[in-house]
Amino acid sequence: MTEPVIDIQGVWKSYRFFQLRDVALRLEPGQILGFVGPNGAGKTTTIRILMGMIRHDRGTVRVLGCSMPSEQAVAKRDIGFVSEDMRLQSSATLGWHMRFIASIYAGWDASYADVLLRRFNLHAEQTIKGLSHGERVKATLLLVLARRPRLLLLDEPTTGLDPVARHEILAELMDVVRDERRAIVFSSHNTQDVEQISDHITFIDRGRIIDSSDKETFLDRWRRIHLDVPSGAVLPPLAGVTDTSASGRVAIVTTKAYVPGLETTYTRSGITVRDVQPMTLEEIFVANVLSNRGEQP
Amino acid sequence: MNSGELLISQVDRRPMYLQIMEQIRHRIAISDWEPGRELPSIRALAASVQVSVITVKRAYLELEREGVIVTRHGIGSFVADRADLSVQLRRGELDEHLSAAADIGRQLGMTPNELTSRLQSAIARGNANDAKDEKDQ
Repeated sequence: MTEPVIDIQGVWKSYRFFQLRDVALRLEPGQILGFVGPNGAGKTTTIRILMGMIRHDRGTVRVLGCSMPSEQAVAKRDIGFVSEDMRLQSSATLGWHMRFIASIYAGWDASYADVLLRRFNLHAEQTIKGLSHGERVKATLLLVLARRPRLLLLDEPTTGLDPVARHEILAELMDVVRDERRAIVFSSHNTQDVEQISDHITFIDRGRIIDSSDKETFLDRWRRIHLDVPSGAVLPPLAGVTDTSASGRVAIVTTKAYVPGLETTYTRSGITVRDVQPMTLEEIFVANVLSNRGEQP
Repeated sequence: MNSGELLISQVDRRPMYLQIMEQIRHRIAISDWEPGRELPSIRALAASVQVSVITVKRAYLELEREGVIVTRHGIGSFVADRADLSVQLRRGELDEHLSAAADIGRQLGMTPNELTSRLQSAIARGNANDAKDEKDQ
């Protein structure tokens, strides 16, 4: 068996107004992990712990086989980190940054950097302050990708980007995992991007991991079931139902434990199943957050 | 493989793995992809259509279960080497349409006989149209 790229268990971190509670994450080589949560849920704190930038209070954090934060110097050679607040030298050119990174990292791939310049429609002569937001994100990503790190930690890489820039970035990320030794963690509240390219999805809310599974399982198990309930019929209680909304004789049941054939449980109680609808990751995410908040006030 | 060969729709409510399966089946059904042809690797197809590796992997697994493709581990995946595959797949497409029609018929409370006679009138209409087309030429 290959060693996981990320393996963290029982991680706690307390701040005055926020607490990360018992966080566990695992990522295998060749996979993309979509890390999804509302603003302030703990995505950035978790990613910074993975980078060794924040010391956790309790738990174990292993990244690329290194214990963090103590062995971060070794791990960071092979991690590419991109976040919203990355500071580039605003009066320097992109080319200056490329030469600077190349001088630090032995693995810098100059010809791949040139390919990325063309694909992202960037120019080495441009100064950072002359770039748009989207171009700046692409420039930051270029500086990281051309090092060909084994692990990419991307904090909200597509937030605030136009559709074309988002498309270019997603295409580049998919290109990275053509190599099955490499892996990506990709935090976002844009569930559409996550649904498209992630293999594994982890939901975080209020400092706690509320659900984590491979994407296909999420999309298979969550369903909205539309029912016609005749007067006198009673909805059978089913495990996995996260929400039931009824008005008159119509009921909509949201379940996280759908299996083909579940319909017969309702028809046997005299209830008509009108439709069984799959849910988008966004719908699953919202239903998941709301049902968890309901259980843990 | 070019990225233009398969296209996944965000508007289509069907799961992405089903869309991939259907497009591959269709390519084979119309003999665009011949028996024995090598399919793109899972990671190459995932990169070209820009969907998760796990989604493409699932589509390949299910196509393998259906006998449409064969995967030789460490070598690659291939269109199954069966001469009748394309005909089988087209019959499969027909069966899906017929099942959908049967479902609607049931919802409308039709008897099997009523539904069958509707199918026969549809066949008759099709034959009449063909005859008309020939006359027009």
